[in-house]
Parts: sequence; structure tokens; C-alpha cells
Amino acid sequence: MASPEKLKFQKSHEWTRVEGSIAYVGISDHAQEELGDIVFVEIPEVDDEFEAGEEVTNIESVKAASPIYAPVSGKVVKVNQELEEAPELINQKPYEAFIFAIEMTDPSELDKLLSYEEYQKSIEEEE
Amino acid sequence: MSTQLKNKLIFERSREGRRGFRVPELDVPARKPEEMVDKKYLRVNETALPEVSEVDVIRHYTRLSQKNYCVDLGFYPLGSCTMKYNPKINEVTAGLAGFAGLHPLQPQKTTQGILELMYDLTERLCEVTGMSWGTLQPFAGAHGEFTGMKFFKSYFKKRGDTGRTKVLVPDAAHGTNPASAHISGFDVVEVKSNEKGMVSVEDLKQHLDENLAGIMLTNPNTLGLYEEDIAEIAELVHDAGGLLYYDGANLNAVMGKSRPGDMGFDVVHLNLHKTFSTPHGGGGPGSGAVMVNKKLEPFLPAPTVRKRGSEYYLDHDIPDTMGRISGFYGNIAVLVRAYTYILTMGHDGLKRASELAVLNANYLKEKLKGRYFLPYDRVCKHEFVLSAQKMKDANGVNGTDVAKALLEFGIHAPTVYFPLIVHEAMMFEPTETESRESLDNFIEVMHEIADLAEKDPDKLHAMPTSTPVRRVDQVQAAKHPVLRWQPE
Amino acid sequence: MFPYLPHTDKEIKEMLSEIGVGSIDELFADIPAKIRFKGELNLPQGQSELEVYKRLQALADKNQQAVSFLGAGNYDHIIPSTVGALMGRTEFYTSYTPYQPEISQGVLQAIFEFQTLMCELTSLQVSNASLYDGHTAASEACSLAINSTRKTDTILYSSTIHPYTKQVLETYFEDLNIKLVELPEKEGVLDTDSVKAQLGDNVAGLLVQSPNIYGNLEDYTGLSDVLHEHKSLLIVSSNPMALGAIKSQGEWGADIAIGDTQPFGLPAYYGGPSVGYIAATEKLLRKMPGRIVGQSVDEDGKRAFVLTLQAREQHIKRERATSNICSNQALAALGNTIYLATVGKEGLKELAEQNMQKAHYLAEKLKKEAGLKMAADHPFFNEFTLELPKKAADVASAMEADGIFAGVPLNQLDASKSDKLLTVAVTEKRTVEEMDRYVQSMKGALK
Repeated sequence: MASPEKLKFQKSHEWTRVEGSIAYVGISDHAQEELGDIVFVEIPEVDDEFEAGEEVTNIESVKAASPIYAPVSGKVVKVNQELEEAPELINQKPYEAFIFAIEMTDPSELDKLLSYEEYQKSIEEEE
Repeated sequence: MSTQLKNKLIFERSREGRRGFRVPELDVPARKPEEMVDKKYLRVNETALPEVSEVDVIRHYTRLSQKNYCVDLGFYPLGSCTMKYNPKINEVTAGLAGFAGLHPLQPQKTTQGILELMYDLTERLCEVTGMSWGTLQPFAGAHGEFTGMKFFKSYFKKRGDTGRTKVLVPDAAHGTNPASAHISGFDVVEVKSNEKGMVSVEDLKQHLDENLAGIMLTNPNTLGLYEEDIAEIAELVHDAGGLLYYDGANLNAVMGKSRPGDMGFDVVHLNLHKTFSTPHGGGGPGSGAVMVNKKLEPFLPAPTVRKRGSEYYLDHDIPDTMGRISGFYGNIAVLVRAYTYILTMGHDGLKRASELAVLNANYLKEKLKGRYFLPYDRVCKHEFVLSAQKMKDANGVNGTDVAKALLEFGIHAPTVYFPLIVHEAMMFEPTETESRESLDNFIEVMHEIADLAEKDPDKLHAMPTSTPVRRVDQVQAAKHPVLRWQPE
Repeated sequence: MFPYLPHTDKEIKEMLSEIGVGSIDELFADIPAKIRFKGELNLPQGQSELEVYKRLQALADKNQQAVSFLGAGNYDHIIPSTVGALMGRTEFYTSYTPYQPEISQGVLQAIFEFQTLMCELTSLQVSNASLYDGHTAASEACSLAINSTRKTDTILYSSTIHPYTKQVLETYFEDLNIKLVELPEKEGVLDTDSVKAQLGDNVAGLLVQSPNIYGNLEDYTGLSDVLHEHKSLLIVSSNPMALGAIKSQGEWGADIAIGDTQPFGLPAYYGGPSVGYIAATEKLLRKMPGRIVGQSVDEDGKRAFVLTLQAREQHIKRERATSNICSNQALAALGNTIYLATVGKEGLKELAEQNMQKAHYLAEKLKKEAGLKMAADHPFFNEFTLELPKKAADVASAMEADGIFAGVPLNQLDASKSDKLLTVAVTEKRTVEEMDRYVQSMKGALK
């Protein structure tokens, strides 16, 4: 299983994994736990461009809908088509099931994201 | 009868060539559609409409009706929904052919009766709410909220005060409030509740600035508590240049006791399908009439009903109108029922209804609070909120389990998981039309459920077992949506 | 004495003592004295059923009816007896929104059947029973288009849609930074040549109507392709009765279909209630406004219906919601469902054809015998627009004296239209005798 310690996080519960110039984005274990059974992941369109912090897509459980924000600016280059048929993968393996990947235009934006430790702290504060 | 036949869809009863309706004999020359209209305009695909007899139709839908709970069968303590009895005289008057057959565009001199009714009803609703005039057009509560927000917009636009973009909504508010403000072009800012379950005046003060357009409030609020600081809140908001919107979902608590206009509200929406006894019809059609004070009257949606001498008319000439919010004049058949109810009850009956609604709620609350956690223990108005959190922690029985168990006992569930500020919330609104023995029976059942939660929680988890269907798999429904029947 | 208030004085006393207060007034002591309502509401006292009934009957009697050729969104069709008999069942009309599926299968299944019927008629994939009327459905459809296309801020609409729909759109969108652009008409229908020039990255969709406000049928051949090239959506509004005979929205390639279901078994009732129907492609499902019913199974594996996809809705999304709709027009939709089940597949076709046949009979007779001309010579369904030599309102009021509502003067809906235009609707209920009388009366009115 992918280890969350190596990932970057946003307060809004997205994780980011960097491979070269590509940033993979998913949601945290805590977020999937809070949402419960995920029933739908809106798959974004490849080639759409986003600013950091902009809403890219949505995921839905029976009783909640949660927007997914772009951690960094750039263009969507890859999406996880598997989630269309099997949204439960996010419940099962939150740190493996990425939702989309962005080709970064400004990798320095990564510095604004939280470490796993900082993210954990932000969850505690929220509660 | 086999269960299979019982549970079919109307489409599954279809037999090729069967008919349930005779079209009158054609008395003009018969011509094929393609002789009248070029083929490119004509339908190509057949529709898979059912082919059934009249007997099939009647049995099918009568049987469906038997799978439905309703107020006429029993107690319906659904919080914030005011499921009071729907008087039968309302149905009789709404069925009068002199109303039902009217076309919305026929000359107004031929519709004086319905216009008089609309005028009279508006006047009476103004009296109940302490407002100056209103519109009967909104089709539902949420539509009334939208209309209310358009009054805000129009008012500030007229004053050139366009920087006012912020609408305050309490954290305990109905979900429609923030949604309505948002779709009307406002930014929504949440105001916190205080430890008493009321709007925190301290928190409110943080938001009073030149961007404030106003606040949306329910009073009594969604915990069933009367906002005791309402006069101060109104003054603060007005002094900051803002307006106050009253969500009338809970008006049934205060008719003849306390009027939104006197509380300081500028615009009020009413749910005629709650307070004024028109039936909910499985979710609609309802009516969300909106009343306003003098300040906001110039912005009424067009048209509005007026009177000139002894003649009633639809006034389209409203220079500062917010515009048109619906096709015609509202859900008129619902208005006829509400008007009938107001005539039947009179000023004395409306007040009595609120008094008894509040009596019933307090009686229930006192009888249940020993067994269920009551987070805000004070005199309530027409409804109150209990929490299943302690039960959940102790025995794993949550709000849904309590709700489903009630169904097993032949009673409708309360509103669950709302308001959001109470964990495992269960909101009860008995209304004034429940008798004491109905309440006592309910109390007994609730105690039995509390006993079961301690002794045999699994039995509760399995409920209901004797309803037409048992608990439904919501995850499957949302994951693999099947939203229509498909022909084979 | 109030028949709906069951409490006896003795019971009230006992209940108060159980609560631990001395009087009902004590339960209202939390209302600050300053804003407490003192005295009595200025309304008459309560009355008996008989007294109330007499008042309502007297009001109903003040209204007058005539042989009606009025349309423009509300029509005088046959209502089979089954509709009233079944809608009048209290199990349906005194229930709430079906939050508890275990005891609401009746309403849920009826809505599921309604959704199926609308999908069948429109040739689209998803539908619901949540919208108020055809005009507000148009604004919800435009929102749906905006919300399902990225970075768009413009809605195009044809000048031939119902003027009230235009006005509702203006009210809904004027504060939302959404541009509404009207496309011109040519000879009574949308000038489709004007569409291309307006398309760009920012256009969410085009709203058109057929039969349009004049009653004319519009030709949308190729239109959806042009729009889809620019990732814009096609929204087509249609009188659902027409769909029994004319090309459906899905057949034109539309992404969203809307309209008003009043013609299907609902009384005219001075304009309400009815249902605004909406149907869309599968792709738009997750952005649909309102309640949706889905099929699932219960714990025993038995087919069961339930409100689903609720994560879209206002009670969950709150200020992030794109629609505030939370009612569903269940009872009116039930009426529509019973209507369509009763008339059935062949009945609807036959009814739609009779509407066409009768409207064409009258139109041709008016042309031939009264020497009248149509505002534009175009194919139509059950409604057509005459261009009269005199003011339409004057002609209509002259014909009213003969017991005929002759039609809707179009400038009554939209002051910018010529005052000579009269839109005439002919349903299956009009007889040849009534239509012949219409022609005679028209001749008299034009003298």
C-alpha cells in the first residue's frame, strides 16, 4: 500500500503524489471514511486546464457530495477511468486510487501543500 | 394473488392491442398526419406507452396506493413538515368546476370569482403575518425563498446599493435557504448558533458590514425554539442596512401569537401546504406565497392581483417589478384549499391551532426526554429535536434505526439527521390535529423502542419487517442508477 | 368548535399539568412582550362547512366559461374519469415526500413510471417529476446546461419561445452574470442560419420551442451537430401532447427536453398546478435538478424504489447547490401517469392526430370561408396564428359575446408583437359544430 507519509495534502483532504512534472490527485483515508460508501466519481475531461485551488470535479456518497480542488495549476493529462465503474476503489485503497493527474505549470506551488504530519494536525483541529 | 402480479409496473401489465380509453368519433375529415405536415416533422419511434384496460389502470394504482402511508392513516410527526390533517371540505371546494375549468388567459371580467379569492386570500395572509401585500405565484417553499431573495436584489438595485452581496444563514437553517440565496446571486455566510440553540448575536455582529444584504431566519427555529433575541437581531440587521427574510416553514407555531411583521421581518414566505392544511400530495404541488412590507411592495413579481372599485384585476404595470417568476399565477388549486381552510378556522381557530400544536409538542417532549437525549431542554414551540447519539454510543442504535422501528409500529418516522447542529438528530412535530390518545400511543411506542435498544438492538436493526418492502439498498441505487423501466 | 382540533378541555388541563405549566399562555411566555401579538387577528370567526361551501360556490359562480380556443401553454383536453378517481385517493394526496421508502412505494413507483413515460415520449434517457411548470423548467434546463459545460456564461434562445418563458429566464439569470441572447425568427420559426454566428466557447446551450409560440413546428435538422461542435447543448421545449405525433426532442438530437404536462389529464385551473417535465441524456444525470427515483432492492432482494442520487440536492449541497428545488410535483405527475396509462400507446397517437386534424380543419375553413390568412404559412400541430385585418383583442371580445373564447391575442403576452395576431388552439374536445360556429362568429366580428 502506498504510504501517505510520502504524499502532499490539502486542507480540503486531497492528496498529491508527484512523478516528474505530473501530479496525481486522490482523497485521504480520513476523507473516504467521512464520506462513507462512495457511489460516484465524476471523471474530469483530459485537457481541461485548472488553476490551483479551482474545483476540478466531485465525488459523491449516498449522503454527501464533495468537491475536489486542484492542488496545483496545470492541465489534466490523465484520469482514472476505473473509478467510473468501481468508485468503491477509493474506499478500499484511498492512497492508490488517484482520480486525475495534472501536468504542472508551476511546480513551486507544491510548496504550499501540507505534509502528512501537518495534514493530520489540521484534521485534529477541525474536530 | 401472486406477489408477482401485485408488484408489477404498469408497463409490465401491458398487452398488445388492449385499450383503456375511447377517443370520441372524429367529426372532421380523416387525414393522415403526413398529409397535413411534412414527414420530417413527424415522430419516427413508437412509444412504449402501456396498453391496458381501464380496469387494469384502476387496480394497478389502487394497489399502489395501498403501499403508501399517509396522514389519513395515522400519526406523521415529521419535523418541519407540519403534517396536519387535510380537511375534506378543501377537496370539495377545490373541485368546483367554476374554478377548475378556467383558462389563465381568458378575459378577466370572466374570472372575477377566482381573482376575488386571490385578493381576499392575500389580504388574510397579510393579516396573519403582519405584512402589507404579497404574491401567490411561488409554486413551492423553495420557490418562495427564491422570490424573497429577488426582493432583496431588486431593493438594493433600486437604491444603487449593489455592493450588498452577502446573505447570512444560521447553521441550523433548512438546506434550501443557502441554496436559494446562492442561486439568486448572493454569497452565503453562515451564522453560528449559541449554547441555547439560538442565533448567536455575538457571531451575527461579526458579519454586519457594508456588504450585508440581509439574513434568512426561521422563527421558531429548526430546533423548535423561539428566537428570544429576534427584536435585537432585526434592529442590528436593519441598522447595518440589511433586510430580514422569514422562512415560514414554522409559522404553525405562532399564528395569532406573534407576527413576522411585528418581529421586524421585511419579507415572509409561507408554505400553504404546511400551515394552511393543503395536502402535500407525496411532495407537491404546494404553494410558497410571499408577503412583504410596504418597503418591498414596489418589487412584487408581475402580475399581482388588485382591486379597483368593485372590480378585481391582474396588475401587470409594476414599474420596479422583479419580473416574472412563473408562467401564470401560481398553484391556484392549492390556493382555493388554503382559502377554504382560513374561512373554516377564522381568527379564533388559527390561534387555537397554534396553541394546541405547541401544547402537543411540549407534551411529547416532556414524556420522551427521560428516555431520549434532549439537547436543548426548554419550552419548545411546535416541534423539538431529540438526539440518538447516546443510544448509538451505548447500544449501536442510531436515528435511522429509531425511524425504521416506528414504521414497524405503523407510525411515520420523524425527520432524521436534521438540523445539522445536533448529532443523530430526530425532529418531531406532532401538529394540533393529533388527539391525546394518538400522542400517548406514540409515547408508548417510543418507550418500547428505547427498551428494545437496550435489550435487543439487533431486532431494531432488522426493522421494519412488515412493511410493503424492507430497508432499501441506497448504495446500489446510487451506484448503478436504474431510473426508468426498459422495454425488453 | 373546530372539527379538526380533537382536544377536550379536560385533556388540555391534564396535558398542561403533565408538562408542569398552569396555562397555554405560559408555553408562549418566551415570546418577548414587545413583539407579542395582542388582541385578535382581524379575520372573521370560523364557520361551518355549509357556510364556507356557500361562499366558495358563490365565488366559483362568478367565473364564466365559453367554448374555448385558448392555448399558449394551457389547453382544454379530455380528462378520463380514472384520473380524478385515483388522484382523489387520500393515500396519495395526504402523504409527504417519500423519504421513508418502506412505506412510500406507491408514490415512488408512480414517479418511476412517470420518469419512464417522459423518457419514452422525449426519446431521452433520464427524467424526473420535480419541476413546477414549463416556464421554470426552461430556467432549470438552462442552469443544467451552464453547470454541465465548462466556463460558459451564455444561453441562446429563439425569439419564438413563449414570451413568458423569456421573462422567467430574465428573472432567474439577471443577477448571475449569465448572458441571454435572443436569436431572430424568420417567417414564424427560428432563423437557424443565425445560430452559427453566435456560437463560441462561452455558449452553454440553445433553447428552442416546437410547436413554438405561434403554434408552428420548427425544423431542427442538423442543429444539434452544429451545437455539439462547440460543446453547446440543445434544449427543446415541446407541448407533450404533440409528442404523440411530432418528432420528439431526442429524435432531433436534443440534450435536454422540457415542457409542461398540463395537457395530460390536469385541469386548466387558471394556470396551475401542473408539472414542468425535464428529460436529458444520461451524461447530464448527475447535474439534474430535483428529486429522482431509482430502482433498487430491499433486504430480502425484492424490487423496491427509492429517492436516489441525493448528493446533488440542496439539503446536502446547501450553498453549493445549483438548484434549490426540493418539492416533487408528485400528485400532478401521478395524474399525468394515470392519464397516459389510460389513453395508452394507441390512444395518445389517436388524440394527437385528432388535435391536428381538427386544428387543420378550422384553419382551412377560416382561410377559405372567412378569407383570413395565417401569420406565416408553416406546418403546425394544434395551434396556429392568424393575422387579422383588425385588432385581435377587439375580435376576441366580439366573439366572446357569441360564447366563444376565440384565442390569445399575442400582444397580450408580449407587447412588442403585432396587435393583429391571434393564436388559436383546437383540441380533440372541439366539435365540428363548434368550429363552424367559430367561423360564423369570426365573420361577424370582422364585419
